[in-house]
Amino acid sequence: MNFDFSDDQKFLKSEARKFLEGRCPTSKVRAVLDDPARSYDADLWSEVAAQGWLGTTIPEAFNGLGLGHLELCVIAEELGRALAPIPFASTVYFLTEALLMAGSDAQKQVWLPRIAAGEAIGCFAAVERPGPLTEAQVQATVIGGKLSGTKLPVTDGGIADVAVVLAKEGGRPGLFLVDLRSGGVTREPLSTLDPTRDAARLIFAGAAAERLGEPAEGMALAEALLERAAVLLAFEQVGGADRALEMAKEYALSRYAFGRPIGSYQAIKHKLADMYVKNELARSNAYYGAWALETGASELPLAAASARVSACEAYWHAAKENLQTHGGIGFTWQMDCHLFYRRAQQLGLVAGGAKAWKERLVTQLERRNAA
Amino acid sequence: MDFNDTPEEAAYRAKARAWLAANAPKSGASQDPLADEDPNGLAAAKAWQAKKAAAGYACITWPKEWGGPGGANWQAQIFTQEEANYATPGNPFQIGLGMCVPTIMTCGNEPDKQRFVGPALRGEEIWCQLFSEPSGGSDVAASRTRAVRPPDGSGDWIINGQKVWTSGAHYSDFGILICRTDPDVPKHKGLTMFWVDMHDPAIDVRPIHQMSGASGFNEVYFTDLRVKDSQRVGAVGDGWRVSLVTLMNERNAIGGGASYHRQVMDLASSVATLAGSGIKDAALREKVADWYVQAEGLRLTRLRTQTALSRGQTPGPEASIGKLVTAPLMQDVANTAVELEDQFGVINDPSVAPLSALFQATLMSAPGMRIAGGTDEIMRNIIAERVLGLPQDVRVDKDVAFKDIPTGR
Repeated sequence: MNFDFSDDQKFLKSEARKFLEGRCPTSKVRAVLDDPARSYDADLWSEVAAQGWLGTTIPEAFNGLGLGHLELCVIAEELGRALAPIPFASTVYFLTEALLMAGSDAQKQVWLPRIAAGEAIGCFAAVERPGPLTEAQVQATVIGGKLSGTKLPVTDGGIADVAVVLAKEGGRPGLFLVDLRSGGVTREPLSTLDPTRDAARLIFAGAAAERLGEPAEGMALAEALLERAAVLLAFEQVGGADRALEMAKEYALSRYAFGRPIGSYQAIKHKLADMYVKNELARSNAYYGAWALETGASELPLAAASARVSACEAYWHAAKENLQTHGGIGFTWQMDCHLFYRRAQQLGLVAGGAKAWKERLVTQLERRNAA
Repeated sequence: MDFNDTPEEAAYRAKARAWLAANAPKSGASQDPLADEDPNGLAAAKAWQAKKAAAGYACITWPKEWGGPGGANWQAQIFTQEEANYATPGNPFQIGLGMCVPTIMTCGNEPDKQRFVGPALRGEEIWCQLFSEPSGGSDVAASRTRAVRPPDGSGDWIINGQKVWTSGAHYSDFGILICRTDPDVPKHKGLTMFWVDMHDPAIDVRPIHQMSGASGFNEVYFTDLRVKDSQRVGAVGDGWRVSLVTLMNERNAIGGGASYHRQVMDLASSVATLAGSGIKDAALREKVADWYVQAEGLRLTRLRTQTALSRGQTPGPEASIGKLVTAPLMQDVANTAVELEDQFGVINDPSVAPLSALFQATLMSAPGMRIAGGTDEIMRNIIAERVLGLPQDVRVDKDVAFKDIPTGR
């Protein structure tokens, strides 16, 4: 039985933590939050590229590190913990995964080395309307290699170089690669719950679009992409949830009320114990997702849904109860509590919300029960 | 990260599997530790324990000097997993082998170790733990059962008082008993531990009729029970420390259970609601997903614990969450399932109710799961204090002589 990360992977994790503690304290996150002109930390992005993290799963032939998804998971956890205000998930969990899964050699050759070098930011443009992603919501259309339609919200759409777009071609959804620097693309920034992450409305009017993967398999590819991203995002969520619990604990030990540390009251102790339990369950579910992702196991759809549901629940709970533990000061702009509260929502919605993932989970269970 | 055994683990598993295939009973009694223990079940359990002991599969980690196999934690884990594939008899030894006898091994005197460890390991003698009292469940250190030395110079102790919630006292041969020996000092300092012979006529065991209808627990009354000083476990006044040795093992000894999400889904598929088949009910589907990630998270957390053991490491604190997750989960699952049956849900006759009234029975035993072996609230305190390092609760009785502590009514 070996259901844990290896010593090398744990070393990578501790190195990532040290690096991010030095380069990404919450003051850096706030710098993005407080400056409407900035929607990510470009310096941190370059430094992360220099660490090689952007190429973690990119094969060495494309100038990546050629490591596995387990290595990517430990980095993801640390990025989540640090609230890193960079387009890592969009570029690595969505664009890179899409290319690795469905990209042609030529497409890989064009984009993967640039991604690894930190020269190409990606995004995933699928949703157009409120409600979970379904085929019915896809109105964007590709005709003769030209894409028209509007996608929103697109995380990192305002800063991305290239988008993976879900659009219909001949009435059936397909995945397409669109160079956002080319003509026919208009971007409008969107105000979101988490201004430490970029988001935009992308308006396509005859933009050049290259198909990614086979025609008409867009929904299946998008689902597979979301499953892979769900596992990686779960690690960011677990990282954030653990940090939120730590903050709550530190505050509960140092804040006195009625002559005692508030952490000596059961109302607070039990709250924090519940946070711990949810975080541990989420961590274990995320580990299983990591295993399924790394090994390509047939359990991935169920494991990814479990990781997603558990992580969404844990982070939301940890973020809101950390703020509650802080009392009035936790509701102020100056305290970091709201950064976690915002990010918990952002991560909890970006690959589809927990409600929809619960439905996917039960559908998977039904299939398994019927087998 | 993989779920495969190492060659060493695989070899042990193969050996254990082969032995179980040749020796394990094909059918057996309930494994619910809170359920009734019928005499036939007890005999079967004793026979199975003896068989395991003879083959080196009982108390696998116990040291060889006490007759244990001297095996590793990972071997015990593997055997437990494999044994779970068989309908082995219920386990009336759990408390004795998990808590009481390890306490004797750690804190008892030499002759007691020689006398008790072997027979317990072979299932010949069953032990119970006499800690909780009517006035002290979560607050074990508030025990009032008195042990006093008569002025006859014998050095013996005379014990009077009452214990409660004692699992298996009615079929136990011995018990470890925490007593108040000095009421003039603060409560933690005036306690002493003894072992007692449960067959002594001065001990009166009265089964408690639980709300589930079963009787797994007992009230135990002591009326002028005379014990030798040699039955003392640890020093006079050191009983609290000794009890902590016992309780440290308790969390591990009381494990989690199944999640029943599969059974709920089957039930839901067979029930027609106003909106169609019960399994299409959106609220139920959300709940099933919530239960699944909890049960699955717990199963996987155990695999993390097993990995630590497999690597020769001490498991992390994640092992402490099991009962706190499982017990409320079971209660919620049962309530939802009964509700799904609507008016029919009130029927608990196994010959009439769906799934042989599994959910009605679970509904009525779940409150006990949330209390036995540490209430949900105590488990949260344990996590908060021992895992997260938060301060202990304020204890207004800490520096007060036991006899002066307010007791309410």
